[in-house]
Parts: sequence; structure tokens; C-alpha cells
Amino acid sequence: MSEAAALPALFKSGDPVKVRFAHPPGHVRTPYYIRGHTGVIERLCGNYPNPEELAYARSGRPTQPLYRVRFLQREIWPDYSGSHTDTVDVEIYQHWLQPA
Amino acid sequence: MATDHDHADHDDHDHPHPHPTRPDDDGALSYYQAMEVAVRELLIDKGILSADDVRRQVEDMDNRTPARGAKVVARAWVDPQFKARLLAEGNPAVEEVGLDRGPYKLVVVENTPDVHNVIVCTLCSCYPRWLLGLPPDWYKSRSYRSRMVREPRVVLREFGLDLPDNVAVRVHDSTADMRYLVLPMRPAGTEHLSEEQLAALVGRDAMVGVAVPAKS
Repeated sequence: MSEAAALPALFKSGDPVKVRFAHPPGHVRTPYYIRGHTGVIERLCGNYPNPEELAYARSGRPTQPLYRVRFLQREIWPDYSGSHTDTVDVEIYQHWLQPA
Repeated sequence: MATDHDHADHDDHDHPHPHPTRPDDDGALSYYQAMEVAVRELLIDKGILSADDVRRQVEDMDNRTPARGAKVVARAWVDPQFKARLLAEGNPAVEEVGLDRGPYKLVVVENTPDVHNVIVCTLCSCYPRWLLGLPPDWYKSRSYRSRMVREPRVVLREFGLDLPDNVAVRVHDSTADMRYLVLPMRPAGTEHLSEEQLAALVGRDAMVGVAVPAKS
């Protein structure tokens, strides 16, 4: 694979996905509170250099597909006090996602 | 801070009495402040940038205000076709109203009678600066950043916005390469207003989603 390649998107809008429950060291762009949770792809945002590589002056290539993933608040916080329709959308790079 | 009295000068009376004070900013430079000065001086010495270029950039930055975002919102309120283009793809749409398309991909999220959107960056302070200017201090606070995803309705109530349960609260965590602008609902009773008058109703907080525009 060439340096400039863009990784193909594995998911599309509406697909259920699970965020990896991982704790890699260094610069990480997936917020802790969302790791291990299951949501639905809201949209594919495009391909971007991986910021977790860019942070160490590497190329960030091949570029990673970036998604907006929608989670139900009740799924993230079992004691959530608001409406059951409340959601949070988080931007997550593909290498943090697996099919759910 | 308390003062004994207000006055413009000290010529006609003796001290002492307390004045509000702010500590002088004369501590040692931090590592990164010293680094910034060194890099800036090198760039100027090498002729890559001029001091005036740097000054102009700072001035440009300070001149960006939420009036830009308000212009986009007002256009979307009066022009449904523009609104459709804006929601589909933000950057070319903001260019249509004469604004810079911006350095990041713009996602515009629309409030409706059923959905209220609000923006936070839990990791730092990502914000559509080219449309709203510099983010307010509260937006960067740890309290806002952590609580807006954990108990958004409580935080919104603290901002004075009490939403009924039949309105879904949709929080957007701006963690990566998108920047977000909330398109608020046009207040009722504003049918007679011009696009410019409408823009004057749209404040920064409504475009972040911690407030809604009022008729005036």
C-alpha cells in the first residue's frame, strides 16, 4: 500500500458499531467515556490523516475514514436522568470501530 | 473587588484606600512562551514573515466575531434552498454569503421542534473560530467539557434553557476534524424582519446551542 493511500470505509450510515475498549499510550482521540460502547454510524465524514500518528510527526497515512457515531445517552450512562431519546454524536476514526 | 469610592483621579485627597488590582504580568516566560518568541524572531530574521504579518494575523483573529455565524443563520432562515445546501455541505454554503470557507469541514446541525443540538469538545476546545471568533472561557472549562456529555439538560438549565422531555437533546462532541454550528429555530413573530434584522437576533450562545434566539 502506498504512503498516500486512503483506507476504504468499512461502515456506512446506519451500521451498528462498537468502539474498541482499549487504552493505548500517547495521543488518543477517542474519548475515554465512549470506549466499549455501541452506537450507530450517523455519517462518514471523509478520510483524514490519523491524528494519533500526526502527533508524533509521522505522516498519518494511509488516511483513516472518520465517522460521526451516534450513541444513546442511556446506553452510555445507565443512570442518565434525561429523555430516553437524548443522544451524543462523537467523531471516531475507523481503527477504533468494530462491527456490532 | 471592593473600592471605597469611585473617582477619576487622585489629585485632591490623600491615600490610603483600597483599589481593585490585578497582578502584573511580569513573571518569567514559560517554556512555550519562550519558544514562541524564539521561533517568531527567527522567522522574521530569515525574512519568511514580517512583524507586520504577525500583527495582521492577530488583528484578523480578533476581528472574527459571532456576527459572521449570525449572517449564515439569517440567510438560512430566509432562503430554504440555501438552508438545504448549508445542511448538506457547510463550507461552500458559507462562501455563498461572502465568508471564508474555513480550514475545517463545517457540519451544520439544525434545531427543530423535536431536536435541540448543542456543541462541546470534550478533548480540548475545538470551535468554528472562523465563524464565531475565539471560544468563550466556559467552553474551554473542564466543567463544561465533562458535564455537557454527562448531564446536558442540567447544564442547559444552568444556562437558562429548560427543555421539555419531548425535545431530544443531541450533544455533538467535536473530537476530530469537523467543526459544528447550530442552526437555531427562527423565533416566532419575526416574519416582518429583514435578513439583517434577523442576524441581529442570533447570538454566539445560540450557535453553540446553550441558548435559543429570542424575538429581541
